[in-house]
Amino acid sequence: MKIINCPLNGPRNASEFLWGGEVKEMPDPTASDPAAWADYVFLQENEAGIVREWWCHLPTAFWFIAERDTRTDEILRTHRPSELFGKRRDFAQPKPEEGA
Amino acid sequence: MTQVMRLSAPAGLLLDRTKPISFRFAGEKVEGFAGDTIASALAANGISVLSRSFKYHRPRGILTMAGQDANSLVQLPDEPNVLADIHPISPGLEVTAQNVKGSLAHDRRSVIDLIGGFLPVGFYYKAFFRPLGAWRRWEPVIRNLAGLGRVKLDAHHGYYDKAYAFADVLVIGGGPAGLAAAIEAGKTGAEVILIEEGATLGGSLAYARFVEEPSATRSLREHLVSEVASLPNVTIHAGTRAQGLFADNWVPFIRANRLYKARAKSVVLATGSTEQHLVFRNNDLPGVMMGSAAQRLIKLYGVKPGERAVIATANADGYGVALDLTEAGVEVAALVDLREIPAPDPRVESVQAHRLRILSGHTVVEAIPARGKRGIAGAAVARITAEGIFAAKAEALDCDLICMDVGYSPAYQLAAHAGTKVGYAERLAMFQLGPVPKGVHAAGSVNGVYDLEAVLADGRRAGWKAAGEAGLFCGPEPSAPEPFAGADGLNHPWPIFPHPRGRDFVDFDEDLQVKDLLAAMAEGFDHIELLKRYSTVGMGPSQGRHSALPTARIAARTTGHPIGEIGVTTARPPVGPEKFAHLAGRGFEPVRLTAMHHRHIEAGAQMMPAGLWLRPAYYGAKDKREEAITAEVRNVRENVGIIDVSTLGGLEVRGPDAAEFLERIYTFAYKKQPIGRCRYVLMTDMAGVIADDGVAARLAEQHFYVTATTSGVQGVYQNMLWYNAQWRLAVDVTQVTASYAGVNIAGPHSRSVLSRIVSDADLSPTGFPYMGVREGHVGGIPARIMRVGFVGELGYEIHVPASQGEALWDALMEAGRPLGIRPFGVEAQRQLRLEKGHIIVSQDTDGLTTPEEAGMEWAIAKAKPFFVGKRSIEIQRAAGVKRKLVGFVLEGGADDRIPKECHLVLREGEITGRITSVGLSPVLGKVVGLAFVAIDQAEPGSRFDIKIENGEILRAIVTKSPFYDPENKRQEM
Repeated sequence: MKIINCPLNGPRNASEFLWGGEVKEMPDPTASDPAAWADYVFLQENEAGIVREWWCHLPTAFWFIAERDTRTDEILRTHRPSELFGKRRDFAQPKPEEGA
Repeated sequence: MTQVMRLSAPAGLLLDRTKPISFRFAGEKVEGFAGDTIASALAANGISVLSRSFKYHRPRGILTMAGQDANSLVQLPDEPNVLADIHPISPGLEVTAQNVKGSLAHDRRSVIDLIGGFLPVGFYYKAFFRPLGAWRRWEPVIRNLAGLGRVKLDAHHGYYDKAYAFADVLVIGGGPAGLAAAIEAGKTGAEVILIEEGATLGGSLAYARFVEEPSATRSLREHLVSEVASLPNVTIHAGTRAQGLFADNWVPFIRANRLYKARAKSVVLATGSTEQHLVFRNNDLPGVMMGSAAQRLIKLYGVKPGERAVIATANADGYGVALDLTEAGVEVAALVDLREIPAPDPRVESVQAHRLRILSGHTVVEAIPARGKRGIAGAAVARITAEGIFAAKAEALDCDLICMDVGYSPAYQLAAHAGTKVGYAERLAMFQLGPVPKGVHAAGSVNGVYDLEAVLADGRRAGWKAAGEAGLFCGPEPSAPEPFAGADGLNHPWPIFPHPRGRDFVDFDEDLQVKDLLAAMAEGFDHIELLKRYSTVGMGPSQGRHSALPTARIAARTTGHPIGEIGVTTARPPVGPEKFAHLAGRGFEPVRLTAMHHRHIEAGAQMMPAGLWLRPAYYGAKDKREEAITAEVRNVRENVGIIDVSTLGGLEVRGPDAAEFLERIYTFAYKKQPIGRCRYVLMTDMAGVIADDGVAARLAEQHFYVTATTSGVQGVYQNMLWYNAQWRLAVDVTQVTASYAGVNIAGPHSRSVLSRIVSDADLSPTGFPYMGVREGHVGGIPARIMRVGFVGELGYEIHVPASQGEALWDALMEAGRPLGIRPFGVEAQRQLRLEKGHIIVSQDTDGLTTPEEAGMEWAIAKAKPFFVGKRSIEIQRAAGVKRKLVGFVLEGGADDRIPKECHLVLREGEITGRITSVGLSPVLGKVVGLAFVAIDQAEPGSRFDIKIENGEILRAIVTKSPFYDPENKRQEM
C-alpha cells in the first residue's frame, strides 16, 4: 500500500485517503456553453504524465492537492489548496433574464 | 510401525526426541517426534507416497522438503491442501490423502496414467466445448477427477487475527545473507524485523554442505543465530512467509494464525534460491528428489532418505550431497555428473577419495519404477551425446533414491512484485534479477551470490545500506563481494532429457511433460504468457518455482529467441498459499449505538441496521410486526409518539460567510432567513443531481445548525470542505453528528407533553411557530428545539448533547405517560412520511434524479448567482426532462396485492418507470406510493400500469401528494 504525504497529517497509508479527481478550472457557471460545461462536469483528461489531483484525508476531511506521475504512480509533491486557490472566489450576478 | 529410517543425533536439528508424537496417516498410526513435519515423520517410517498427481494420478512423494511443491499436499479434517513437508505433526492429527479413489496405494484413477497419450495439452478446451452447454455437464466430472482437497463446509471457525508491524529494516530470509544483514542493520540501532520461512534460522547453513568443513558451517550458523538473538532491537519471526512486496515497502506476512501488515523504511530481500530439477523419464516418482531435500531430511529431521542412491548432478553441491548421504549410511550407487570434467572443489576431491563411482558426461535418463509404482527400483543411466540427447545404450543401477543437483533459480517473486525484471545470465545459465527499486536491497543467492563468504559480505552490505536508508549509520561501508561470486558452474545449461516414451515432467503440479509444451507452442501459443495459460505450466501451487526455468529454455530453443527475452511469467502476490481466514481475521462488524439504545431494547424494539447504526424498526414481538407498526402510526396521528433521530447527520456552519456558503452549497436561499427559523435544504451535485437534504436552523447571524441524512452526512461534509478549499469563504464547518442525540416528538399532543418540561421557551403557536427553532431546556437539559413537519403532525425535533440523550428520552417518556406517549420506529416513520409524500433521498431518487424530475423546483432559488449544480439544472431544463416522480394511489382500494419497490411502471406494455416507495396507509385505507413515470403519464388524475411479481397488471392513479392532510394544516397547528 502506498504512503501519501498529507500536508496536514504527514505520511499516512493510502487507505486513509479519497481520490477527488483532477484539479480543473470551472468555466463561467452563469453563461458557459453546455458542451464546455458537460466537459467540466463529466470528463477527466486522464493523462499519462504528471497530473494535479485532489486528495482528501478522510479521518480529518482535509483536502489537498497532489502532483502524481500516472505512469509510475509516484506522488512527486503534495501541498495545501491555498497554493492554487489563494483568493476568495465570488460569482457574478446572472443577467436578469436568466433569473426570471 | 517403527521409525526404520530414523537417524541418530546429531542428525535431526529440529527434533525433540524426548517428545514422541503419534498421529494417523490414511488410517494408519504413525510415530514421530516433536519437530517433525507430516512428511518427515512418514519418511522416517519408510512411507514414500504422499499424494496422487493432479491429472494422471501418479504417485508422488517428497520433492523439496521446503513447502515449495504440490507433491506434498494432504488433507486434514478441517483443512484441504496442507503442505505435508512443512506442516508440523501434533498428537492425534488425522491426515488423509486427497485426490484419490480407493486408497493412496491403489488409486483406481491411476488408470488415467495409462491413457495419458489420449489426453494432450489443451484436451479439455478442445473436447468439451461442443455442443453448447457441454462444459457445464463435464465440469463437475473433471473437477472430481482432477481435484485437490475437500473443503469441509461445517468446519469449526478458528481464531485468526491481524497485526501491524513497523520496522526501519525488514529482512526477508533468515539464511546466511539475511542473518548477516539483520546483524549489520541491528548493530546500527535500527528496528529490524527478520522473517524466515523455515522452522529455524540459518537457511542452507542448517542443511547444505559448503566448501567449508561441516563443523565450520555448523559453528558459523550457531554464531550468527546467537548474535542476531542477542540484539534486542531485532524481532525474529520464524516459520513465517512474506506474501508480497507492495508500494512503499508494505509487506504482508503470515505467522501461524496471524496476518501481519508491515511497513518498513527499507527492505532486504535475502530470499535465497530454489534448487532446480532434472527433466528425465519418471522424474516425478517417489524417491526422486532434490539433493537439498535429501539433505534437509538428514540434517533437519534425522531421516535417512533412502538405502541406495544415485545422484544426478552438474555441480559440486551434488558431491556434497553424496558425502552427506554416505555419512548418513546411504550407499551411493553412483554419482552421475552431466559434465565431462568437474571443476575443482574440495567436495569433489573428497568424493574421489571415498572412491565413490562417478559417471562423467552421463545423465539419468529414466527412473525405473518399483513394482506397483510406489517408488523406484533403479535408475537408467546413459552417456550424453549432445545437448538434451543421450545414447541408446543405458545402464540400470539399483537404487531407491535419485537426488537431483543441476542448478538453482533465484527466489525472485518478491523482487518481481516490486517491479524488478527477471533476466537471464547466459554465461551462468541462470535467471538473474534486474535492478531492484529504491528502498529494496537484494543479498545472497537471490542476488546471484553463492560463495558462502561472499554471501555473508553481501548480507552485511545490504544490511548496512538498508539501515543507512532508514537514517541510521554506523561505521564505514562494508566491502561488497564480487558479483556472482561462486555462481560459476552451478547451473547446467540444458538439464532436459526428453524421453521417447515421455513422462519427462517439466511441471509436477500440472503433470506437464516436454511434449506438452512443444505441442502448445506448435499450436501457436509460443509467447511465455500464452504458453502458461494454454498449457497451465506454472499455474499450480509451486507457481513455477521449478518449471519456469526449463519452460523458458524449451521455449527459447523452439522459438529461436534468447532465454532472457523469453523470460518468466508475471509473479503476483501471494507468494504462498493463504487462507480466507487469514484475510478475514476476526471479522469485526462494528455498529454505532445511539445514546438511547438501551431504552429501545428495554421497550422491546426490533433493531435494524441504518448504515453503521442500529435503529428501532418497531417495538414489539416479531410475529406482531404489522400490528405494532399500525398502532405506532395511529398513536402519532391521533395522540403523540416519540422517535430516536440521533443518527441524522448534524453540521455546524459558522462564520461571517455562513449564509453565503449555504447559498452556494444548497439550492434554496438563506441570506434572508431570520434568526430562529428553519429552512429546508436540498443539495445537488455539479451534474444537478439530488445528493442530500435536511434542514438549516439559523441560531445566530453567523451560525447555522444543518441536518443531513444519516448515510449522506459524511459525503456532505467532505463536499462542503472541498468546495470551500476552492472558494476560500470565511466559514467553518464542523461535523457534530456524534455530539448530539436527537428525538422527534410528534402528534397532536406533542406540545402538551413538551410544555410540562420546558420552562424557558414560549411553546405557543405564535411564540414558536411552524419551522421555528429555539434554544432552551427540556427537562433541565440544554436543547435545540426545531418545529419541523417530520411526519406531517404538530411536532418538535429536540437535539441535546449525546451524553444527555438517555435522560432526554426518559424525561419525555415520563412527561408523556399520562397522555399515552409511545415510541415509534423506522417502519412507522416511513409510512407516516410516505402518507405526506416526503421523498427519501437515495430511496426515491437515484443517481440521475434532478429537482425538476422529483417535483422540487420549489426548493430552487433561481435568482441566486450560483449554487452547485445550478448550471447543469439550467441546461437540463432547456433540454426537457423525460420522467417525473409522482404520487399515486392504487385503484380498487386495498387488498393483498400491494406492489413493491422497483416494480415496473408500464405504458402499453412498454417500461416507462418504476415504483420507488409504496405502502398501505391504514389511515387513508388505500395503497399509496411514489413512482417514476413518463412525462405524459405524470398529470394528476392520469392512470398508469404497474407490473407486479407474478406478471399481473395493477392500475394506479397519479395523485397530488401529500395524500394525507393535503393542506398541511396538522403540522402547522
